[in-house]
Amino acid sequence: MLLTISTTARPATDLGFLLHKHPDRVQEFGQSYGVARVFYPEASEERCTAALMLDVDPVRLVRSRGRSTSDYALGQYVNDRPYAASSLLAGALADVFRTARAGRCNARPELAAGPIPLEVTLPALPCRGGPELAHRLFEPLGWEADARAVPLDEGFPEWGDSRYVRLALRGEVRLADALNQLYVLLPVLDDAKHYWIAPDEVDKLIRAGESWLAAHPERSLITRRYLGRRWALARAAFARLAELGDDVEEALEPPIEEEPAVSPEEFPEPLPEEAPADLPPVLGPGLGTPTAPAGGDGSAAPGETFSAPEAEGGTEAGAEGAGRRPLNVTRREAVVGVLRELGARTVIDLGCGTGQLVGALLADSAFTRVAGTDVSAQALTVAARKLRLDRMPERQRERLELFQGALTYADDRFAGYDAAVLMEVVEHVDPPRLPALERVVFGTARPRHAVVTTPNAEYNVRYEFLTGMRHPDHRFEWTRAEFAAWAAKVCGEYRYTVAFRPVGDDDPEVGPPTQMAVFTLEGAE
Amino acid sequence: MTEIAVPAMSLVVLVGVSGSGKSTFARKHFAPTQVISSDFCRGLVADDENDQAATSDAFDVLHYIVRTRLKRGLLTVVDATNVQWEARRQLIDLGKSQDVLVDAIVLDVPEEVAVERNETRPDRDFGAHVVRRQRKELKRSLGKISRDGFRRVHVLRGVEEIEAATVVTEKAWTDRRELTGPFDIIGDVHGCRAELETLLRELGWEIEPGGTGASHPEGRTAVFVGDLVDRGPDTPGVLRLVMGMAAAGTALCVSGNHEQKLARALNGRKVRVAHGLQESLDQLAAEPEEFRSAALAFMDGLISHYQLDGGRLVVAHAGLKEAYHGRASGRVRSFALYGDTTGETDEYGLPVRYPWAREYRGRAMVVYGHTPVPEAEWINNTICLDTGVVFGGKLTALRYPSREIVSVPAQRVWYEPARPLSAPGYRDPGMLSITDVQGTKHIEVRHGGGRIKVREENAAAALEIMSRFAVDPRWLVYLPPTMAPPETSRLDGYLEHPAEAFDEFAAAGVGRVVCEEKHMGSRAVAVLARDPEAAQARFGVGDGSTGAVYTRTGRPFFDDPAVAGGLVDRLRRACAPLMDELGTDWLVLDCELLPWSAKAEGLIRSQYASVGAAARTALPEALAVLEAAAGRGLDVGGLLDHTRRRLDNAARFRDAYARYCWPVSGLDGLRVAPFQILACEGRATAATEPHPWHLDLLARLDDPLIAPTRHVYVDLDSEESRRAATAWWEELTAGGGEGMVVKPVTVPAEPEVTPGRTGEAGPDGEPEGGTGSPRAKARVDRVQPGVKVRGREYLRIIYGPDYTESLDVLRNRFLGRKRSLALREHALGLEALSRLAEGEPLWRVHEPVFAVLALESEPVDPRL
Repeated sequence: MLLTISTTARPATDLGFLLHKHPDRVQEFGQSYGVARVFYPEASEERCTAALMLDVDPVRLVRSRGRSTSDYALGQYVNDRPYAASSLLAGALADVFRTARAGRCNARPELAAGPIPLEVTLPALPCRGGPELAHRLFEPLGWEADARAVPLDEGFPEWGDSRYVRLALRGEVRLADALNQLYVLLPVLDDAKHYWIAPDEVDKLIRAGESWLAAHPERSLITRRYLGRRWALARAAFARLAELGDDVEEALEPPIEEEPAVSPEEFPEPLPEEAPADLPPVLGPGLGTPTAPAGGDGSAAPGETFSAPEAEGGTEAGAEGAGRRPLNVTRREAVVGVLRELGARTVIDLGCGTGQLVGALLADSAFTRVAGTDVSAQALTVAARKLRLDRMPERQRERLELFQGALTYADDRFAGYDAAVLMEVVEHVDPPRLPALERVVFGTARPRHAVVTTPNAEYNVRYEFLTGMRHPDHRFEWTRAEFAAWAAKVCGEYRYTVAFRPVGDDDPEVGPPTQMAVFTLEGAE
Repeated sequence: MTEIAVPAMSLVVLVGVSGSGKSTFARKHFAPTQVISSDFCRGLVADDENDQAATSDAFDVLHYIVRTRLKRGLLTVVDATNVQWEARRQLIDLGKSQDVLVDAIVLDVPEEVAVERNETRPDRDFGAHVVRRQRKELKRSLGKISRDGFRRVHVLRGVEEIEAATVVTEKAWTDRRELTGPFDIIGDVHGCRAELETLLRELGWEIEPGGTGASHPEGRTAVFVGDLVDRGPDTPGVLRLVMGMAAAGTALCVSGNHEQKLARALNGRKVRVAHGLQESLDQLAAEPEEFRSAALAFMDGLISHYQLDGGRLVVAHAGLKEAYHGRASGRVRSFALYGDTTGETDEYGLPVRYPWAREYRGRAMVVYGHTPVPEAEWINNTICLDTGVVFGGKLTALRYPSREIVSVPAQRVWYEPARPLSAPGYRDPGMLSITDVQGTKHIEVRHGGGRIKVREENAAAALEIMSRFAVDPRWLVYLPPTMAPPETSRLDGYLEHPAEAFDEFAAAGVGRVVCEEKHMGSRAVAVLARDPEAAQARFGVGDGSTGAVYTRTGRPFFDDPAVAGGLVDRLRRACAPLMDELGTDWLVLDCELLPWSAKAEGLIRSQYASVGAAARTALPEALAVLEAAAGRGLDVGGLLDHTRRRLDNAARFRDAYARYCWPVSGLDGLRVAPFQILACEGRATAATEPHPWHLDLLARLDDPLIAPTRHVYVDLDSEESRRAATAWWEELTAGGGEGMVVKPVTVPAEPEVTPGRTGEAGPDGEPEGGTGSPRAKARVDRVQPGVKVRGREYLRIIYGPDYTESLDVLRNRFLGRKRSLALREHALGLEALSRLAEGEPLWRVHEPVFAVLALESEPVDPRL
C-alpha cells in the first residue's frame, strides 16, 4: 500500500521534476480498485521523499475483475492487497509514474539519464523466499538492500515469520531503472496467484526489463514467477472446496512435479508453475530459459514444451551430480523400455499428470493405443496443452484418449489395455484407500501387465536437503521391503506375478532412487 | 381375419415391395412414434425422401434410432422394403444386440397393385422394373425367411387379408409385474424335500397331504429361484410339491441350470452326467412314466426370470443385470441360468464368476441362488439365497416385501461340495463406480421433495477432492450442508442481527425456535461404531477400525493415524451411554471441532495472520508518512483519520482470529462440540427428531473432551422472549463468540415425496433472487432448516478488517442462491442419512454425499 522514494541529490526537490509530480501537492489517481495518491512527506534541498500510497477497496477489487472471474473464494475478500506492496502497487506505480519510467524529463534531462542516490522503502513487501531472495534480486542491480522479516503474529511466536519483509533499498541508480525494476520485481517477490494477470504481460515484461533483465543472474526465476500462475483462473471450484475444508489451496494442489528441490528455502514447492505453451520465442534461450534444468527451485522453465522433455523437472538433489539426467526422465525411459519389452501395444497411464509419459508413448508407433487418465482436471488441461491436442494430426489423435478418472472408483474405461502404468501414483493414495485402488486396477481393469513405480524411501538419505518425504502430497514412501510386501499381497489377492527393477543408479547401500514393480497376470506370460 | 400378435417389447420388421402398403399398414396399427421408416430417415439426411444416394446414411440413422428405442425398451417398427436377406439380417442382429425378440410382418401384394400405387404417387419416379426386381427378391426370401432368426414371421397375402388384419401386443412371459405378492422367495432346494417342507411350515404354509401342493392362509406366493433338482435325496418329491403349487397358482418357479440339464437328459439329449444329475435320473426312473413326463414338461416350460411387483422385484436363478430385466435373448437366458463368468477357472476347476452384483445399480431388487454362500447377504439391492442346504448348509427364504430372512438347517450333508462351503468370504473394499458420481446427475430426495441436479463440472471438482483426500467412503455417510444467514440487518453497525432471523421464521409460521451457540472451530462429522464387530456389520469395514472423524470435505482431521484413532476412541467411550440409550451400535454425530487452529492453522497463518501482519507493519508507517505530510501543511486530514481507524480495525481483526487459536498437542487441548445426532440404527434422527431431543441427549454426555452447546428457546410471539435471546446473542458475540444458529424447534412438516415421482423438476441454481417459475419461487421460500446470525467482530474474518467502513455497500448482498443451495444440500444430507438408516447399498449413500460436495463448489458468495 505504501512505497517511498527518496533522493539526496541536490537539489533533492528535483525529484518532483523526475517524477512529474509536484512536491507541494497531494495528487490522486483513480484506479479500478481504489485510489493511488502521490505526496511528499519531506521535500527539502537536502532530502526529498515521494510517497505512493494506495487505498485498495477490497470490495471494488473483486468487482473490478468483472463477472467472468472467479469471485467466490473467500481469499479474494480477505487478503493482504490493501496493505502489502503487491502487484497492485506495481501496477499503480507503472501507471502513475509512466513518464518517469520511460526516462523522460524535459526539465532535467541529464538527471533522468544517469544514476542518482536513491532510497526506496517498502514497509510490507510480500516476499516468497524470504529476505534472502530480496537480496538476491536487488543486489545484482546495484542496490544495497536491507530486508527484515516481519513476524506473523507476536501473540503466536511459534508461528514464526510472515511472508512479508520490510525492505529498504539504497543505491545510485537511474530513477527510470529503479521504477521498472520495482514494477517487475514486486510481483515476482510476491509470487501470489495473479487472478488479474493480463494476456499482454509478456510484452510488458520485455519492455520493463529491457535495460537490466537479460544480465540478471536470476532472470529465469524472475521470468517464470512473473508469468507464473496463469492457470490459477480455472481452479475456482477447487479453491472453494479447499476453503470449505479449512485447507490452504496450495497444499491441495495436484502433484504435478515430483522431485525434491535443491534449494531448501524453496522447498517444498507447492505448485510448480506450469509453463504456458504459447510463450513467444523471444523468451526462449536468450531471456529466461536456461539450457540446463533450472537451478534454484526445481520447476519447469517457461518455454518448455513437450518436445523438449530434457528441460523439464527439477535438478536432482545432493547425490545427483551435474550432467546427470533428471530422475523423472530416467524413470519415464525405464517405463517405456519395460512396456516395449513386454510387447504391450495398448497402454493406459493411470495418473498421467501433465502427460509426459503419454507423449513419450505417442511418439513411439509401437504403441497403437494410448490412454491417459488423471483425477485432476487441471493436470489434464495442462496435458492437453502440452501435447498440443488441438493441433495433433488425426492419425496420432486417434491413438490417444485423455479423460478424468479416479483410481478409487471402478471404471470400465480402464479396462482393455495390454498394460497399465502407475508411475509415482500409489504414494499419493492414503494407505487405507489402497485396497480400493488395488481392486480397481488389478481386480476390475485387470490388465495383462501393470507397471508400478514409487520412490524408494531408503534412498532419501542421499538427498542432501531433503527433510521428510519427497513431495508434500506423498502419503507414504516405501522401503524396498515394504514395496515387495505390498506387491506380494496384490499378487496373492488378484493372481498376478511380479518382478522388480531398479530405476536410476542402484546404490549398493540404499538401492535405486525409484523402484519399479512389473506385474503380470498369472498365465499371461 | 388374421390377428397378428407381436411381443410388447420387440422389433417388428415390415417386409414388402415398394407400394405394398407398408406405411399405410404401420400407420393403421402402430403409434406414429413407434414406426421408423427408411423414407423418413432419407429425408432427415438428404432433405429428400427419395434420394437413393443417401440410402446408406439413412440406414445408419435408422439403425441408430431403432437401437436407442430398443435399448429403452420400446416397441419399434421398421418400415422399409426389407426384401433382401442382408437388410433383414442387420435388423435381426440389432434386435438381438438389445436382447429383444424380432417379428416380421410380410405384406405380399400382386405386382400390378404395387406398380399402380407407385404411379399414383408423384414423388415416386421409378419404373415398374424396380417393383419387379423387389418382388423377385422377396419371392426368393419367402421360402426360407422363417429361418432368418425371427421369432415369428406373419405373412399377409393379398390386399384383402392385409386390410382385414389386426395387430395385438402380447406381454413377455417374464413380465408378471401385476403380481404384487407378498412373496416367499426360496433358495436352491436340490432335492431336499424334507428341509423344504420344514421351511414352508416355518413360513406358515400348509402342505397338502401327500406333498402334492401347498398354500398359505395369508395368500402368499412362493417363488423358487430354480435348482429344485439334483444331488439331494428326493428330487421327485420336491418337483411334485412345487409342480402342485405352481399348478394351483401358489408358486412361481424360474429355471435353474440343473432343471435345464435334467430336462435335456430326459429328452434323450447327450449330456455329461455330473454334479448330482445321476441322483435325479435314478430317482425319477423309479417314478411312473406319467410323472416323469409331467416333470419334464414342467421343467421345459420354466422361463429364465420373472419381473414382479411392478418391476420392483426380479427373480432369476443366477441373478440378472439391470440391462437384461424383462428382455429375451439367448444371452439373457444364459446369464439368468449360469451367471456371468470371466472365462477363468479357480483352483477347484470351477468357473470364476464375474461379480455382476457389485456393479449392480438398478432400483429393482434382484433375488437369486446358484452360487452357494454361507450366509445370505445383501449386495447392492441383490441377494443370493443359495445357502447350500444340500451340502449341509441351510435352506433360506426371503420374505418380500419385508426383507426378512428365514432359514432352516440341513438335516445332514447330502452331497459333498467340490469347493468348501465355508471358504473365506470376499471382503469388499467399498467399491464404487465412477458412473455413480461422474457427469450430470439428478438425485431423488425424500425430504424436501423432487430431484436435485448436480452439474458435471461441479462433480469433476468434487471428484478430485473426494478421491485424493476423503476418508473411506464406507465411513463417509454424510457431509454437512451449507447454511444461509438471515436477511441483512439495517441496524447501524450490523450486517447480521437476530431480529431478521426471528422475523423470517415467524413469517414462515414457525412459533418456536432454538438459538444454538455457533462454535467457531472446524465442522466435523463423527461416525462411531461401538466395536470392530459393529463396524464390520454396519459399515462393512473389517480392518478393525471403529469410526472416523472428518471435515466438511470428507478429509480426516489428523494425518497421524494414532491421533485420529485416539479421537475416535475417546468419542466412542464418551458416547457409549448414548448408544445404550438409543439401542444402537453406531452413531453419526454432527459436531464442531475446536479450536479452529487445530485443523485450520495453515489456513489461518497463510490467509488471516498474514493479512494481520501486513496491516500491522504497513499501517503505522503509512500513518507516519501522512503525519509528516500533514506537518508540511499538505491536506491529508481525511486520510489521516481513515488510516488511524484502519489501524484500529487491523487490531480487532487480529483479535478476531486469535480467539479461535490455541495450541493443541495430540488430543490435549482439543474439544468436540456435538450438536446433532444425525443417525443411529434404523433411524435417520436428523430427519425425524426435533432439535430439543438432540440437545437434551447430547447435554448428558459427560467427558472433558465434549464441549456443551449453549442454547436458548424463543417464543417468536413473545417480544420479551425475543429480546432475551437477542441480549444473549449480544453477550455471546461481545465475548468473542462467532454467533448463533437459529432453527425451528420442530422439524418442519414436509410433504413426503414418493421416490420415483419426477413431477417437480429439481431446484437448479436459480438466478439470484429466485426469479424462476412460481414453483421455483415457492421452493426458494421454503423454510430454511436453520439460519446463522454471526457476530460483528467475527465478521471481520469473513468480510475483511475494514468491513465496518463500508457497511452500506456490503448490505447489498444477494442471498437467493445461498438459501437455495442450503435447502438443496440439507435435503441431500437427510437423503444420505435416510439411505444409510434403511440399509441401502454403499453407492446409494455415497451418491447424495458426493452431491453435497459437488454443490459446495458452485459459485456462491463465500462470505454468506
